Amino acid sequence: MEPRPTAAATEAQKRAWRRDRLRDGARLLPFLGVGLVMIPDLVLSGTSAAEGATLPWLVYLFAVWLLLVGLAAWIGHLRARSASDGSEDGAP
Amino acid sequence: MAHHEGAVLALTLNVLVAGCLAYVALLFLVAALAERRAARGGATLLRGPWVYTLSLSIYCTAWTFYGAVGYAARSGLEFMTIYLGPTLVFVGWWWFLRKLVRIGRAERVTSIADMVSSRYGKSTFIAVLVTILAVLGTTPYIALQLQSVTTSFAVFAAPETAAEDLRGLPLWIAAGLALFTILFGTRRLDANERHDGIVSAIAVEAVVKLIALLAVGIFVVWTLNGGVRDVGAAIAASPVADWSATPGRWAGLIFVSGAAIICLPRMFQVLVVENSDERHLVTASWAFPLYLLAMCVFVVPIAVTGLRLLPAGANPDLFVLTLPLSQGENGLAMLAFLGGFSSATSMVIVASVALSTMLSNHVVMPAWLAFQGESRATISGDVRDVVLRARRVSILVVIAMAYLYYSATGGTRALASIGLISFVGMAQVLPALGFGLFWKGATRTGAVAGLLVGFAFWAWTMLLPVFDGAGSLNGLLTEGPWGVGWLRPEQMFGLSGDPLVSALLVSLGLNTFAFCLVSLLTQPAPMEQLQAPRFVDAFDREASPVARSSRAGAEELLIMAQRILGATEAQALFAEQAERQGRAGELPEVTPHLIDQLERVLAGSVGAATANAMVTGITGSAAVSVEDLMAVADETAQIMEYSARLEAQQKEVRRTARELKEANEKLTALGVQKDAFLSQVSHELRTPMTSIRAFSEILESGDLSPEESARYAGIIQDESKRLTRLLDDLLDLSVLENGQVVLNLETVELGAILDRAVTASTSQAGVGLTIHRDRGGEAVSISTDPDRLAQVFINLITNAAKYCEVDDPALTIRVGVQDGLVLIDFVDNGAGIPARSRGLIFEKFARLSDQAAAGSAGLGLAICREVMHRLGGTIDYLAGQPGAAFRVRVPLSEARARAAE
Repeated sequence: MEPRPTAAATEAQKRAWRRDRLRDGARLLPFLGVGLVMIPDLVLSGTSAAEGATLPWLVYLFAVWLLLVGLAAWIGHLRARSASDGSEDGAP
Repeated sequence: MAHHEGAVLALTLNVLVAGCLAYVALLFLVAALAERRAARGGATLLRGPWVYTLSLSIYCTAWTFYGAVGYAARSGLEFMTIYLGPTLVFVGWWWFLRKLVRIGRAERVTSIADMVSSRYGKSTFIAVLVTILAVLGTTPYIALQLQSVTTSFAVFAAPETAAEDLRGLPLWIAAGLALFTILFGTRRLDANERHDGIVSAIAVEAVVKLIALLAVGIFVVWTLNGGVRDVGAAIAASPVADWSATPGRWAGLIFVSGAAIICLPRMFQVLVVENSDERHLVTASWAFPLYLLAMCVFVVPIAVTGLRLLPAGANPDLFVLTLPLSQGENGLAMLAFLGGFSSATSMVIVASVALSTMLSNHVVMPAWLAFQGESRATISGDVRDVVLRARRVSILVVIAMAYLYYSATGGTRALASIGLISFVGMAQVLPALGFGLFWKGATRTGAVAGLLVGFAFWAWTMLLPVFDGAGSLNGLLTEGPWGVGWLRPEQMFGLSGDPLVSALLVSLGLNTFAFCLVSLLTQPAPMEQLQAPRFVDAFDREASPVARSSRAGAEELLIMAQRILGATEAQALFAEQAERQGRAGELPEVTPHLIDQLERVLAGSVGAATANAMVTGITGSAAVSVEDLMAVADETAQIMEYSARLEAQQKEVRRTARELKEANEKLTALGVQKDAFLSQVSHELRTPMTSIRAFSEILESGDLSPEESARYAGIIQDESKRLTRLLDDLLDLSVLENGQVVLNLETVELGAILDRAVTASTSQAGVGLTIHRDRGGEAVSISTDPDRLAQVFINLITNAAKYCEVDDPALTIRVGVQDGLVLIDFVDNGAGIPARSRGLIFEKFARLSDQAAAGSAGLGLAICREVMHRLGGTIDYLAGQPGAAFRVRVPLSEARARAAE
């Protein structure tokens, strides 16, 4: 008969998995940020698209900025919660 | 009208000075209260994640507060790069800041110079190099803050009074800032180098400048314009409606500002040195970008509104102030002024604390120690006083230098350019710092090479052009040194693009290249080899203390520690160490751990390089040399080899002993077996001999009838036969057991052997055994000695005939093939053999019941087992059958076996 993992073990495994994904998210976030923030330079610099670009791209950059802040805060919140779940800190 | 306006402004100036003084008094109060609370240990709120995040806002100096609007008025969206760089660094905190803060806390780093120097073997030279770079890069920046405060004051002054009345102002501001910094920055020498008073004050200032800028922004958007939609229209219609950055400049600026947030001395101070809990970084990772975002939201609206409403010649760097003022909003202008004042002062305070720490730890203390010379171990007086005095003097020197710089240049360029020059200058530390955290192969020589190269090119391409206009430089900038065009500072190597981007590429590129190349070519010193893993593997393991011995006693160490840490703290440290060693109430023993701990704590006060020099000076154990390490390693290796040899010998001895014991047991068992065998054989021989003797005596007496004589003679003959058979069996068994038997192997059909065995065992009279055969299965050829195998079969069939005690005895012989073996089962319909006896039946003389009459000596199955063993097969009792059952396994003939495979 196969030994069946207990509910607690499954739960712990799930938590560890989630913590690892949160860590991956925290690692990947700056790459998303760099990609989004570099777009105006690639699209606008030295091209005719630069005319009148300040207003739309101002809105774009603030949107990106808010997105990054939101994602970072969300990841930070989830990490804090998973750390207080009684399991040890996710930091290796 | 003009007179009236002048009166309002003059009044405002007076109110302004009063408000300013009140604000400064508030800051002093906040700092003093925070210090007192921290001293009482109630620093939880003071040291929470929010205060930490707010303290990071010293990134936003007057350059941000006033300059960002000016920047936006000149170049549109480009100003955002200065905030996007730090945003990306913080959002990506997991990669770099996390490690930086962990190491900073673990190694008790006091400044960025200390960090880099610690990584490269606590090198004093690197520390000095980084300190010089920091001083050169930061002093103009501090001057800039003085300038911005002075200029903002001037805005309020009546035009005709400006030049004369404000001449003394920067000096007063500089003096005030120096006083505040000395009071709260050098109050005591803290082992953790944290300044609760200063951090609390700059947190308050952070809130003030944010509120001020947001207030001006809201005023501009909803009062001066008609709301968000109108602001959008104003932006689209403004001179900065177009994207103006040249290719590469956007990315370059983001990179530079990202590097700056890590490398600027003041940022390092609040980010790493003042950090009290690593977890605060998680909050700051999103809260600080949010703060920067809030600081940026209204920058473009303020800029375009200023450009639209104010006269053409107005300085855009002061729009934040002049816009409310031009609308008669004096209260708002006052708030804006305080915001700018906060930005400037907080930067100056933290920057001068950071610089003074570096100067005193890496320049003054080493010089002082060298001056003390050989008498290090017997330093007289309190070293703490020396350190604190050095700090205070350093703060004065830094602020005085900034003041002199300001007086000398009088504000030459727009605010932003100085800021960027300072950023690129400090970014030269990034390769040494960044590679140092992730690459163990980075060496001190490489770091020095990179720093020198980067520093030289930065000074040439960026610092020099600042002094444009100072007579002798003019030719240099336009024609290059000695007329060599491609060496012109602003077009180095003929790079004619954006001057900032080319200066960045040249200085940082060559810096990184030199650093990597020299690191690859040089060997790290032993001290570097010890330090590198403490940085690179900061998360993988606890750094192990360097094994060191000490010539000095605990008392000498305590005396030295007291001079730096103060009596109470030093004694507490030693008491704690003593308790750890289980010697509470006494001085601790001088262990490597104690020395290591002591050095770490001292490093928190005077920097790693100096602490190392002091501890080494007193303990006499110079920082480990390669020879020491080799000696230790050799010794260890020898001991390990010796112990390995001992272990091998011990193992050998143990094995031999075990073998001897086993052999002895076997011999004993054999002895017992032999005795048992002899007694059994004697018994078996004696029984027939007894009856032979008895009957032969009867025959000898003579008076017997012929029938009786014949009967007795018959008995004697039977018994003799039995004896002969017994002796035959014994002989047979002995031959088999000694392996002397000669087998005549042939390939024969199993059926033929069985026929022979059945015929031989059932031919005798009185055998009423029915035998069921499996003719089909028997048609299998085996490679065996047919006579010997037949002997086994006969024995089994005879046994069945003898011991199967039922009315109608029957024996079934089944044949099967499995794994290259032929299985022959002999199953009868009797009672079988009880489980407990099954292990015994193959032993010699094992008879389950006294059925000697059946004419068996009990050697049959023992012989069978030996025969089968010789034939390469087996014989076993087969359990789980209706009656007694035996299974014989015989190998198939080789040809058949191969075919089966």
